[in-house]
Amino acid sequence: MAEFEPTIIAFVCNWCTYTAADLAGTSRLSYPPNVRLIRMMCTGMVDPKYVIKALLEGADAVLISGCHPGDCHYINGNYKARRRVKLLKEILPRFGFEEDRLKLTWIGASEGVDFAATIKEMVDQVKALGPNQTREQMVI
Amino acid sequence: MAKTAKIEVKEQGLVDSMQGFFRTLLEKGDINALLVPQRLPRKNAVMPTLVTDPEKINGADPLAPVFPINAAKVVSKLTRKPLHGKVAVVLRPCEIRAFVELVKLKQARTEEVVIVGLDCLGAYGNVDYLRFAGEDGNGSTQKFFQNALSGKGTAWEGIDISPACKACDHPIPENADLLIGLLGVDTSDHLLLKANTAKGEAILDNLKLPAAKESEGRKKAVDALVAARSAYRDQMFEETSEATADIEKLTSYLSECINCYNCRVACPVCYCKECVFVTDVFDHEPSQYLQWAKRKGAVKMPTDTVFYHITRLAHMSTACIGCGQCSNACPNNIPVMEIFRTIAHYTQKAFDYEAGLSLDDEPPLSVFREDEFQEVVAKMH
Repeated sequence: MAEFEPTIIAFVCNWCTYTAADLAGTSRLSYPPNVRLIRMMCTGMVDPKYVIKALLEGADAVLISGCHPGDCHYINGNYKARRRVKLLKEILPRFGFEEDRLKLTWIGASEGVDFAATIKEMVDQVKALGPNQTREQMVI
Repeated sequence: MAKTAKIEVKEQGLVDSMQGFFRTLLEKGDINALLVPQRLPRKNAVMPTLVTDPEKINGADPLAPVFPINAAKVVSKLTRKPLHGKVAVVLRPCEIRAFVELVKLKQARTEEVVIVGLDCLGAYGNVDYLRFAGEDGNGSTQKFFQNALSGKGTAWEGIDISPACKACDHPIPENADLLIGLLGVDTSDHLLLKANTAKGEAILDNLKLPAAKESEGRKKAVDALVAARSAYRDQMFEETSEATADIEKLTSYLSECINCYNCRVACPVCYCKECVFVTDVFDHEPSQYLQWAKRKGAVKMPTDTVFYHITRLAHMSTACIGCGQCSNACPNNIPVMEIFRTIAHYTQKAFDYEAGLSLDDEPPLSVFREDEFQEVVAKMH
């Protein structure tokens, strides 16, 4: 059987992590193709329902990544994101989603190397975790 | 020291003495109106009614063990903008707690309101109540309190107060300006009236009621009730967590859900004018359903049932006050309250917050601190 290839949905902010991903690309760094980047203007606009929907639809993990504390283009969006992630990490594991299926990181615009390394590490972790419970199962 | 007085009961019974008190309150309390649960002319439905004429208080029965809606929603309607008058609102403890949340969510104001809170011994579900009340509404209220206060309990012919009420660890009103006490009070003689705030004291002084002392037995009676309720609550948390521990179990738990969204309509703290689940966002293209069906081989329709419930938990569980109106409104008897209260217990604990407790505590998702929750940020590579 082929090795399990996870699907990771990443909500990344326009100003920092998306730019870092761009930098990783232009720097010709390679990272696993398991991640689907969704560019948001700010992590502060990642509604919890985006994360919930992704995990219910069968994504194996969700990454939210934005500017470092203090660097948010909109001053404090990343702090709001952190509270929402805290909230989701209380709710989702109670329905059997392992906590590691949701990650929050800060990756600045200049940190292309960190972006590539983060994705690689996360893919390894999710591979070890195995497929999400919703991958095959019909969720009502 | 809070000021106390008594509402005399004597031979007239609980319901009549309560109505007498409300008449006095409306006449002498320096208020323009009273919002109080009244028995409607036909059948035995009891609904919040805004009364300005003391003579029209003859149907008031706030002790009836039923609340078809959480009245915080109507207090919000009365107070979201200036009322140009003062209104006293008679509320259950959970309704006051919902009101506190709505004030913090900028959906209600405290300025022109006097809150009259009642000790709550619980309520039946809407349908159960109609059976319980039968043809004699007031008599059934009297019977309910006699049984509940004398230790005979609240069960009657196979029905009992709702699970939300059994699990309610806040039977005594908090944040009420005036409190009407029944627990640990000799209700054959009088009810306890207590002013908890300056607003309440001013009214109490106007009413010129006979003085009374809070009995020593009251604290004991309250503690015993809270202990019993907390034990029920903890067991409910455990059973519900087990019953929803993964998606397969959660799917089975919610499988009777028909996406009617009654639980959201009935929820006093779910305050959005337009819920995202009824907007265009969920008017999917027909072909989209086919795509979804293909992905896993089958898709249940209507779709997004679990999605709706988990999203509502994310949006509202930090404000959940546990009134149980969600379960009351469910046409298919899904234990919605159980799952909401259970999750709410953990989400509120995570933010060191208790919904409905205080006007000063900030709703968790409306604020942030720079230096907090470092543990949720992953340290990669």
